[in-house]
Amino acid sequence: MRLRKSSAFIVFTLINVTGLALLFAHGALERQRQAPVLSEKKIMVERFGLTDLCLFTDARYTRNPAVADRSTPFQDNPLSLDYFPSGSILPPPPHLRAHELDR
Amino acid sequence: MNWIDKQRNIVDFALSSLLRRWRKNLALLCVYTFVVFIVASVVFFAEALKREATLVLEGAPDVVVQRLIAGRHDLISRGHMEKLERITGVSDVKGRLWAYYFEPSVGANYTLVVTEEAAGRPGTVAIGAGVSRTLQAGQGDLIAFRGHDGAYVSLEVARVFPSSSELVSADLVEISEEDFRALFGLPEGIYTDLTLRVRNPKETVVVADKIRRLLPDTRPILREEVLRTYEALFDWRGGIVLAIFAGAALAFIIFAWDKATSLTLEERREIGILKAVGWETSEVIVMKSWEGIVISLTAFLLGLVLAYVHVFFTSGTLFEPVLKGWAVLYPRFQPVPFIDPYQVATLFFLTVVPYTVATVIPSWGAATIDPDTIMRQ
Repeated sequence: MRLRKSSAFIVFTLINVTGLALLFAHGALERQRQAPVLSEKKIMVERFGLTDLCLFTDARYTRNPAVADRSTPFQDNPLSLDYFPSGSILPPPPHLRAHELDR
Repeated sequence: MNWIDKQRNIVDFALSSLLRRWRKNLALLCVYTFVVFIVASVVFFAEALKREATLVLEGAPDVVVQRLIAGRHDLISRGHMEKLERITGVSDVKGRLWAYYFEPSVGANYTLVVTEEAAGRPGTVAIGAGVSRTLQAGQGDLIAFRGHDGAYVSLEVARVFPSSSELVSADLVEISEEDFRALFGLPEGIYTDLTLRVRNPKETVVVADKIRRLLPDTRPILREEVLRTYEALFDWRGGIVLAIFAGAALAFIIFAWDKATSLTLEERREIGILKAVGWETSEVIVMKSWEGIVISLTAFLLGLVLAYVHVFFTSGTLFEPVLKGWAVLYPRFQPVPFIDPYQVATLFFLTVVPYTVATVIPSWGAATIDPDTIMRQ
């Protein structure tokens, strides 16, 4: 008997949903597996007294955005522009907009 | 005929209709899947890093106190430290010694950090996996650092931090205080900044206020502010997510707009024939809705699966150039999958619903016109 097109679509969708569910199950397992690694990183942050993740290493104000000041990206000369690629995707930390010394 | 049988017959017809124009619809499916893949990858990647940042940076100091001179971060003295110790509720005031170091031979920037543990082993350093990779140095090798006086100081690599911790340690060089001060010519009693603990977490803001009044040339940075920095970075409305998301969203809007405003002559004629053979307007709309659902649901599921594989199995390879920028030293990390139904629901409503609506609107317009008029066009 020939499979109806709607049945084929339902089977295909179910396969996709099952695949997605399996990946999400993988996510849950991976979170459990990575829990010790995460706490190891947290201990490392405590031990070194770190304030930032190592996401960008090209500019110091993007390496440690939490402790950067507002003038750093424009420090090279008057009217200097922020030219580091990472500076274009990293917004200024919210606390820099609030503190009087950074105004 | 019950409702399910009727719907299945309509789906059969909708699929046959899609298969008649299979080349066009396959191209549509590929583009649509790609757009969902990009949007879902961004959402998964950003959410995973945001959650990880929140968890990991819980260990950050309660307050960091920086000295600012002429709008710039400056070194801070022991005198400031003593004043901070006198504030009620403050404990464990420490001077942090850390610095940036540019290694010209490889063009990479490192972060040198002093720890109490390193004090017992002067002449040695512990390095991050990224430093090890760029310098091709392992345990027991010597690394030469150029000091403030131009003289080179060789330090032995005591150990390399595990690569699983690269997100926090890729560019770190753990060094003893003695070596650090000698390397940068920093006198005793001078620190990069200060950190402190606040006994009662509810008093952190009050303590920060006291610090500002007591030491007007300093800036206290609270842990909550550090965490908000990363929330802002991975927020939907700005930062890295917006940069990548904006392109994909624009592509999707153009794509949905094109679909919403154009119905081919063949499709209009098909609607006319269906109406002429007795289909109701509502049935035509249901059939077109199914066409939209088939395409968008398939693209959504495939896009989501591919995005998951991309972000959590290949570490978001496509985002690497964006994050890398001009950096020579780039951390290699595997994001931990933090996914919740809210993210999936958001993606569903951002992708499937607009497309399906965009498919139905022009069909509804065509289905309400007299079939004779449509067929004569």
